[in-house]
Amino acid sequence: MQDAIIRTEFLTFRYPGEDQKPGPLALDSIDLEIEKGDFVAILGHNGSGKSTLARHLNAILLPSGGKVYISGMDTVDAQLLQEIRRRVGVVFQNPDNQIVASVVEEDVAFAPENLGLPPAEIRRRVDEALKIVDMYDYRAHAPHRLSGGQKQRVAIAGVIAMRPDCIVLDEPTAMLDPKGRGEVLTTIETLNRDFGITIILITHRMEETINARRLIVMNDGKIEMDGPPAEVFPQVERLHTLGLSVPETTELIWRLRQQGLDLPLDALTPEDCAAAIYSHFDISQP
Amino acid sequence: MLKDITLGQYFPGNSVIHRLDPRTKLIITILYIAALFTASGPFAYLLVMCYMMIQVALSKIKPGIILKGLRPLVILITVTAILNMFYTPGRILVQIWVLTLTYEGIVRSVFMILRIVFLVIGSFLLTYTTSPLSLTDGLERLMGPLKRIKFPAHELSMMMSTALRFIPTLIEETDKIMSAQRARGANFDTGNFLRRAKALLPVLVPLFISAFRRADDLAVAMESRCYIGGKGRTRLTELRLTAIDFIWCAIALALLAAVIIMRVLGL
Amino acid sequence: MPIIQTEDLTYIYGPNTPFQRTALHSVSLSIEEGAFLGVIGHTGSGKSTFIQHLNGLLKPASGHVYVDGVDLASGKEAALNARFQVGLLFQYPEYQLFDETVSQDIAFGPRNMGLSEAEVEARVHDAAGFVGLEEALLSKSPFELSGGEKRRAAIAGVMAMRPRVLILDEPTAGLDPRGQEQILDNILTYKRETGATVIMVTHSMEEIARLADTIAVFKSGQIVMEGTPADIFAQGDALRDLGLAVPAVTRIAMRLAELGRPIGPCYTVKQAVSAVMALERGRPDA
Repeated sequence: MQDAIIRTEFLTFRYPGEDQKPGPLALDSIDLEIEKGDFVAILGHNGSGKSTLARHLNAILLPSGGKVYISGMDTVDAQLLQEIRRRVGVVFQNPDNQIVASVVEEDVAFAPENLGLPPAEIRRRVDEALKIVDMYDYRAHAPHRLSGGQKQRVAIAGVIAMRPDCIVLDEPTAMLDPKGRGEVLTTIETLNRDFGITIILITHRMEETINARRLIVMNDGKIEMDGPPAEVFPQVERLHTLGLSVPETTELIWRLRQQGLDLPLDALTPEDCAAAIYSHFDISQP
Repeated sequence: MLKDITLGQYFPGNSVIHRLDPRTKLIITILYIAALFTASGPFAYLLVMCYMMIQVALSKIKPGIILKGLRPLVILITVTAILNMFYTPGRILVQIWVLTLTYEGIVRSVFMILRIVFLVIGSFLLTYTTSPLSLTDGLERLMGPLKRIKFPAHELSMMMSTALRFIPTLIEETDKIMSAQRARGANFDTGNFLRRAKALLPVLVPLFISAFRRADDLAVAMESRCYIGGKGRTRLTELRLTAIDFIWCAIALALLAAVIIMRVLGL
Repeated sequence: MPIIQTEDLTYIYGPNTPFQRTALHSVSLSIEEGAFLGVIGHTGSGKSTFIQHLNGLLKPASGHVYVDGVDLASGKEAALNARFQVGLLFQYPEYQLFDETVSQDIAFGPRNMGLSEAEVEARVHDAAGFVGLEEALLSKSPFELSGGEKRRAAIAGVMAMRPRVLILDEPTAGLDPRGQEQILDNILTYKRETGATVIMVTHSMEEIARLADTIAVFKSGQIVMEGTPADIFAQGDALRDLGLAVPAVTRIAMRLAELGRPIGPCYTVKQAVSAVMALERGRPDA
């Protein structure tokens, strides 16, 4: 891959186990390349290794074996750490535990301040980032009073303010209600589509990955499936054994196919599903 | 009652007081407290109280909020009043059983109450009008010269601002944990002191564990946003002293000077 | 006789302060014993406030709450009994675990009920059985357990009180599909073996569609819709206006109706499959 923003080679990782001995394999020799500007979703049940993988992408964790390269930079190189972390921003699951300051705009300013930027530039970036996530009106508010979705958008703004090339989101919607989930997913899609930022979305909810261009399914520290949603979604039985549940739309189509109806497996949204079923009945009318 | 704790709460605004440099606010608050404790006569108290009331008015903070902040102190104020009223020697006004109410006692308790109330108002006004981050920034800057002797000014101020930021969050969590344990039959309201302390274990343990977990998560989030300590850090809003800052400092100094003179003159 | 009944229940946050807000407006609801009631509504619609009245944690500003015919306002004992008869599990209950061992923690509820040590032990083992916690885990510290195990331990802590009514606030929040299946299974097991009434607050329409016999929809502190899943999900437009979703299959059925090929109201995949197959079999060329 020419424009690989992220590349891992034989990436292996073990968390420290009991009595100072290394624990079981959390990542088992992962080879992965992610193209610049892509929208990748990494799926897996809890314990599949997806969060562990995410933490290697900005050098929060360092490999036990193998290598991780960010735009060609080896994550083990301490000199390059700041630059790596600037280029790959990470948004975490718990909205509260990412907020550093008591005022929204001060929190978004945290990263640019750490980068030693001049105040005028910090101001520019903070305003820009808040506008992108649609939280500019809340810039003087106290973050702890915001809804979950709003807090996560502030967290995303805090990362955008670093002007990263790539944003990794580790289960950003796990603790949110449907409204909050929608807000965060819309923001992510905007970032990828309108600003060309590479997005890596880690989740166990397949419905959130419909608009991703590439799905990677993990299990036991290994990559089990890798392809566009239209290819991955239909493998219903395999996904079940991997601890994931397909959206009801896919399940419906799959079951109808089992009963002999020839329906396309790549109908992922309810509208597509309905259209496919309608066509099936419609075509056969004289 | 937990939700009434407004400590650490910041009420954003654009008043004259809000716009003062945090260092100025820290200094004038210290000068004010010194004046409050130096005041001994009624005129001095009046002067200090007027100063603070003007400051509150200028800050545009609603009086209701100030009163709310004073609520937790009602017990302290009442106890102080009673102790001073009945245990100060002087001209006896009323004698009820073993309690002697004296004129000096009443005077003293009035002054004591005023002192406590205005001490609290002055301190709270500082946090109401200054975001925790600017407060700790101001402190860090004031402590700046100490960095030369390796005093961890930045680390201390980062610790303080993080603590202040988490106060409302932890209060909320305490409420939640208490409700959850109450739902299993826990009782925090009855029994003697020892019993109540023991009953708090199912609240304190989860709270501590949670606090540590939050600290862990926050540290990772901060490092992910390129935090490497105080070296090379800049600020969104640069602290800049303007004429108004110097004027206020002068006013606060004048206040202290006036109160000292009044004390000497017996006012 | 309904096991729980509320009559014109009204609750006001922060009375006589600038933050005063009526959280519940004269809510009247009757819950039959042995039912599975699903409660849905926006964040802030009052559902969490409502359920905290049912076990006496909150006292109404006006109106009445009856548990098994007894008005909870009729005395301290009534309110205390309600805690044990109506078990309430909050969101992310694993954050309330505190004791030295899992079995001690589960024993907290029964001990507060004043049961004998023998009875407490029996309850702990029963409860562990309901949630599938193995013996070996009972003697461990709760903090050594995995996330899913912790949640099950917390649920066991409430089940150990053997409440006649089990109220759960988003019990599957934050869990992966396997974890969700497990918790829902545990709840159904408890219901089946004790004949308990279950009230579940959730944002997942699919969960409600599968499990609930009746549904109550909250909005702005009032119940705006009440009925069986068939009743509620047939009102797709009304739900959409409330900003709530319908199960994906219901959306498919609605869309097919719009397209002119109705399959009748559906809210589970099973129903949808039957409906489509019925249509298929009815075709002249089938």
